[in-house]
Amino acid sequence: MDLLEYQGKSLFARIGVPVPEGMAATTPEEARDVARELGGTVVVKAQVQVGGRGKAGGIKLAANPDEAYDRAGEILGMDIKGHTVHRVWIERASKIKSEYYASFTLDRSAKKHLGMISAKGGMDIEAVAATEPEAVVKVHIDPVIGLPNWQATEMVYRAKLDPEAARGAVALLKKLYQAFVEYDCDLVEVNPMILTEDGQVMALDSKVSLDENGFFRHKDFPEFAKEHVIPPVERMAKDRGLNFIKLDGDVGIIGNGAGLVMSTLDVVSLVGGKAANFLDVGGGAGADTITNALEVLMQDPSVKTVLINIFGGITRGDLVAQGVLEAFQSLDLPWPIVVRLDGTNAVEGREILAKVQSEKLIPAATMREAAEKAVQLAGGEVS
Amino acid sequence: MAILIDENTKVVVQGLTGKEGQFHALRNRAYGTKVVAGTRPGKGGEEVEGIPIFDTVAQAVEATGANTSLIFVPPPFAADAVMESAAAGVDVIVCITEGIPAQDEAKVYNYLKETAPDTVLIGPNCPGLISPGKSNVGIMPDSITTPGPVGVVSRSGTLTYQAVHELTTHGLGQTTCIGIGGDPVPGTTFIDVLKRFQADPETKGIVMIGEIGGDAEERAAEFIQEHVTKPVVSYIAGVTAPPGKKMGHAGAIISGSKGTAAAKMEALAAAGVTVLDDPTSIGEAMKGLLEG
Repeated sequence: MDLLEYQGKSLFARIGVPVPEGMAATTPEEARDVARELGGTVVVKAQVQVGGRGKAGGIKLAANPDEAYDRAGEILGMDIKGHTVHRVWIERASKIKSEYYASFTLDRSAKKHLGMISAKGGMDIEAVAATEPEAVVKVHIDPVIGLPNWQATEMVYRAKLDPEAARGAVALLKKLYQAFVEYDCDLVEVNPMILTEDGQVMALDSKVSLDENGFFRHKDFPEFAKEHVIPPVERMAKDRGLNFIKLDGDVGIIGNGAGLVMSTLDVVSLVGGKAANFLDVGGGAGADTITNALEVLMQDPSVKTVLINIFGGITRGDLVAQGVLEAFQSLDLPWPIVVRLDGTNAVEGREILAKVQSEKLIPAATMREAAEKAVQLAGGEVS
Repeated sequence: MAILIDENTKVVVQGLTGKEGQFHALRNRAYGTKVVAGTRPGKGGEEVEGIPIFDTVAQAVEATGANTSLIFVPPPFAADAVMESAAAGVDVIVCITEGIPAQDEAKVYNYLKETAPDTVLIGPNCPGLISPGKSNVGIMPDSITTPGPVGVVSRSGTLTYQAVHELTTHGLGQTTCIGIGGDPVPGTTFIDVLKRFQADPETKGIVMIGEIGGDAEERAAEFIQEHVTKPVVSYIAGVTAPPGKKMGHAGAIISGSKGTAAAKMEALAAAGVTVLDDPTSIGEAMKGLLEG
């Protein structure tokens, strides 16, 4: 789960990573009150789950509370790369001397934690890494031991930060790493990490991605999602325990197992069609799961036909077929459904499907045949 | 021969008293797997369908000679269960549990490398493995498998079943089929398994199924180029997956152009692997390579 900047900063503050003082606001009036409370010049920042806010005009300075009211009015409701701004974060403006970059993530190749730091922060760090790889210092950390003091120190000195930033940067890195591990993060990133004119080192931004598998240790983390803007169809799928991602085609896809569903998208594309979504019902799906999944796809007007692709392992073909049968009885399905069943209890499943008295149910023997039929039914040309 | 598990495999099941653990352990036993023990602290001395329960894995190993552990315990306790098995000295640990935090997986992986480097961990978040006709350790449906000359290794559960089914329907049996799981820190990589298939005289051909994200397939391609002389057929899922989105497997995250299906397919093809764009053609392709 990707957190909004202010949510990430709240976690930073909780564990002791220094951040500028600030508060969130959802209306210009609130923004004015917050600016008055903070005093002095403030920064008004759009809270959206997408990068490039600054360039889009989503970050603005305000010298006094009335200006904060005006700036918040401009930013709230703004569209940034398809994300509408519903909330701004207002913080005391920092007097910046230098901007750095720092992050911790998992290096899947090395199977160790990876710490990165650069004296060239505040800009596109990927561009810096591409053009001056030596400007980004990378350090592998043994997850069993954690980040020892000497290694944090080495990161800071190798990156050649300003000498007066060294102490503060080492302290910040150690806290940032602690947040990365204790909060079960996939990523913690600070760009920019700043040195202020009065010698403090702080996180001026936050990018935090939480590992939802770790939520059993953090009972309050699911609350963060309440502030996230999730399309209704995705929210509905999530509430029903289905793994759903909206795509831009017209063939609705339902399958079991992420690999098989991805593969189904590929085969649909291979025969000349485009999938409307990714929907994985997971292992052990029963009849209800299938009707649930079909109900979710009924909310999406771009779907013209549906392809159900099941390979039974733990999932039983007869239960899937039962779900399809029940859906034809209880739902007013607006489109034809192509079904391909194989694996555990597929024979029994096909017998159940034979009972469905509807022209809208089209059985298919193979994945490719199923994809071809679905693409044709969606009105596409099979290539 | 088979790799990692065979007729001499003796399994201790961690989480045997749970519903899923019991269902699959009994299914494995019915297939012929020697399921010799289960563990559950506080239930030592009891039995589940004739399988003795011990309080700890160490006790189970000592009393029964178990050399393989099969883990079904819930995510909060699974990393601990892996370390317990490693400390008890089993050779192979198969962790089925899905939903283990990545931080736990990273710790366990490195802990095993440092304290028990010879122990093999399969998974987590995997279907396990089967050596047809000999032993089934995990949740793979055995009815689609049959003994024969092909080794199968995959990151995806259902695609493993699909591949095995295609092989079997084309008259090609399997030495061993392994699902290594799609999590960010798998205990066993493609290369670990390829090494074993290459060394196994009965394995004549290898099927490798990958997916987008990470660079495990690219590394496997380098290894195949240098060390694998047997024919390899490969399929990579996720050609059309949108960039930057998670698709169920935490592993399936694209970063830049690295880790894309196209990059993986290119690397494998350059290493002499037969790369397919449709998983249902795996059987036919392997048949052509072995008989051609």
